[in-house]
Amino acid sequence: MLENFNVPIGSWVAVVVDWIRDNLKGLLDVISTVVGFLVEGLSEILIAPPAVVMILIFALIAWAVRSWQLAVGTIVMFALIIGVGQWETAMQTLALVLIATLVTIVIAIPVGIWAARNDTVSAIVKPVLDFMQTMPALVYLIPVIVFFSIGFVPGVIATVIFSFPPGVRLTELGIRGVDSETVEAGHAFGATPAQILRGIQLPQAMPTIMTGVNQVIMLALSMAVIAGMAGADGLGKEVVAALSTINVAKGVDAGLSVVFIAVYLDRVTAAAGTPSDYRSSLLGMISRRRAARRAAAADAEAAAEAARRDADVTLARGNRQPY
Amino acid sequence: MTENQNDVLVRAEGLYKVFGRRTHEAVDKLRQGTTRDELEGVTAAVIDASFEVRRGEIFVVMGLSGSGKSTLIRMINGLHKATAGSLTIRDTEITTISDRELRSIRRDHLSMVFQHFALLPHRTVVDNVAYPLELQGVDRSQRVAKANEILDLVGLSGWGEKLPSELSGGMQQRVGIARALAADTDILLMDEAFSALDPLIRREMQEQLVELQEKLHKTIIFITHDLNEAMFLGDRIAVMRDGRIVQIGSPEDILTDPANDYVEQFVQDVDRARVLTASNVMEKPVAVVSSTAGPRTALKTMRDAYSSAAYVVDRDRTLLGTVEDRDALKLVRKGERSIEGVIKNDATTVNADDVLMDLFVPAVESKLAVAVTDEKERLVGVIPRVTLLAALGPGPGSTEEITLPAQPVPTTIIDQLLAETEDGQPFEATAAGSEEAR
Repeated sequence: MLENFNVPIGSWVAVVVDWIRDNLKGLLDVISTVVGFLVEGLSEILIAPPAVVMILIFALIAWAVRSWQLAVGTIVMFALIIGVGQWETAMQTLALVLIATLVTIVIAIPVGIWAARNDTVSAIVKPVLDFMQTMPALVYLIPVIVFFSIGFVPGVIATVIFSFPPGVRLTELGIRGVDSETVEAGHAFGATPAQILRGIQLPQAMPTIMTGVNQVIMLALSMAVIAGMAGADGLGKEVVAALSTINVAKGVDAGLSVVFIAVYLDRVTAAAGTPSDYRSSLLGMISRRRAARRAAAADAEAAAEAARRDADVTLARGNRQPY
Repeated sequence: MTENQNDVLVRAEGLYKVFGRRTHEAVDKLRQGTTRDELEGVTAAVIDASFEVRRGEIFVVMGLSGSGKSTLIRMINGLHKATAGSLTIRDTEITTISDRELRSIRRDHLSMVFQHFALLPHRTVVDNVAYPLELQGVDRSQRVAKANEILDLVGLSGWGEKLPSELSGGMQQRVGIARALAADTDILLMDEAFSALDPLIRREMQEQLVELQEKLHKTIIFITHDLNEAMFLGDRIAVMRDGRIVQIGSPEDILTDPANDYVEQFVQDVDRARVLTASNVMEKPVAVVSSTAGPRTALKTMRDAYSSAAYVVDRDRTLLGTVEDRDALKLVRKGERSIEGVIKNDATTVNADDVLMDLFVPAVESKLAVAVTDEKERLVGVIPRVTLLAALGPGPGSTEEITLPAQPVPTTIIDQLLAETEDGQPFEATAAGSEEAR
């Protein structure tokens, strides 16, 4: 009975994809140029200086936001990446991940904010996000390659689509989770919606939003291999090459490098989201020293004030002496 | 515009707030007499509320949870839009104005203190207090200076650089109050402001609020479910039940003249000693003589009042002191014509607006019923110990005139009786004596 039942959804989508390719060429070219320029530019910047300098910079960032322990770990991990001969490809992957994350955040956070403020938007966005997350990543790689051919750009676009949902979800969750009484306080004192968003909701939602950013980065890294299939230079391409030649050694070298970059990015972004948890970080130490100096100044002032008052009292008592 | 209208800062007339669908239909039904429980699919939070809040008073809205008091206060600053009715704040009808105008009214005329403080956790105390000023567009150095000034006022000097989470509950709410004061608005809305604090701190905060109010003369609308708090703070109290205001009046009015059974039941548990004042329970003084009267008049007055002493007042009723029956007796025997020589300056006096709580010690120490004087030291009434006790009991009758038990039979009669029945039947005699006393 269902022999003739045939719903050619795939063909319909293919028609739409073809139409977009033929009619929105200008737009696709602009995206392609901008994204390609960003990723290639960034990877050149990361590769250009001597590797030792870059490692020191990464270590310094690790110390600044988290701890000297992570800085040491960073040096060891990145030295190993050089050791297995994957430095250049690792930097290409890092550039791709960072740009993809940047694009995702720029889109996902506003969408998340919008969804948090509007239930209808939230209800529409939710199933779309589910769809994006569950559709096998390789499937949407096909139209992306149709649009942008191969190279960095389809890699970035596929990565953006895949890592987009947690960015939106955690932004929405973070803002909806803000204590409603503080939002009410903002209204009660006459703040505009924009002032409430900037001054009350975003600061309080920041830890959750940063968790989202962390998730976005992790998902982006996990897309490295698929980006390699789309022809993006980097560790993913190495893994794909290793797979096609059954080269265990090369596969492990590239795979380990992905793990090291993942560990580094995860630890750094997690710490950046909750700075108060990492008091031994460089930034934490600097801000604490500054606060201590300010407190000391305030105490000194209070002490001086108290001394002045004491002096006044003594003086007054002195005058009241009977002789 | 007359002076009188200027003095009303907030005026609500027939205010309704209904949550749900087809709210206007629900309001029409309510107006026609449908009760709140008969409405389907909608919740009527506030029904036909009308009241006025005058400049400089503390207006308390009291009710249990679900009585609509929180909704009512949120309608005043427009956090909830009224479904029907009119609400004016300083001559501006706020139920119909645009969001932009509403924000400017909130910035300049209304500030709010929240039950759970609602401080911004990521800002320091001083930046929290300065927040309303920031919204008003005051520049940073100026608003920090002002914020520190207000922190001094609420007793939090030196805490400005801390984060709210580093402060105790009571201190956090002081920051909340400081923030509301920093806005320098004439109207202060306080939503269960002290309910989240433990009892000792709550008491302290209530006293501090009263102190602040003496200095600042704000117009305060205070929401609470605690009747004792309402009685302590309120110049006037609106009692709410199931969305309706059932009575508006001074604390004494509510206590002594409850509008219905509900209010009466409610006020049963009130700590009357902290609400009722001397002037609420005092009686007309009986044992009073004029300083120009002679000792015979004084003695007669004391005899009629069954009292061993009497208050002495001059012609405009200023209290001069007391005179005792023994001294008066001596004067009469000596044939003196004036009592002025024996007036003792030992009267125990209290002010007319002292609460009963403060009268117990004077009442114990006083040899006469405690004298109540007004601000010009004039004797306006007395409070016998029994009256003080009776006033603490429940029920509206407690502040009315009470009938005292009969006085004991004078000792002379008893002595005489005992002498007559000497060695007879002492048991019967005693029984007869006590019978008579009853």
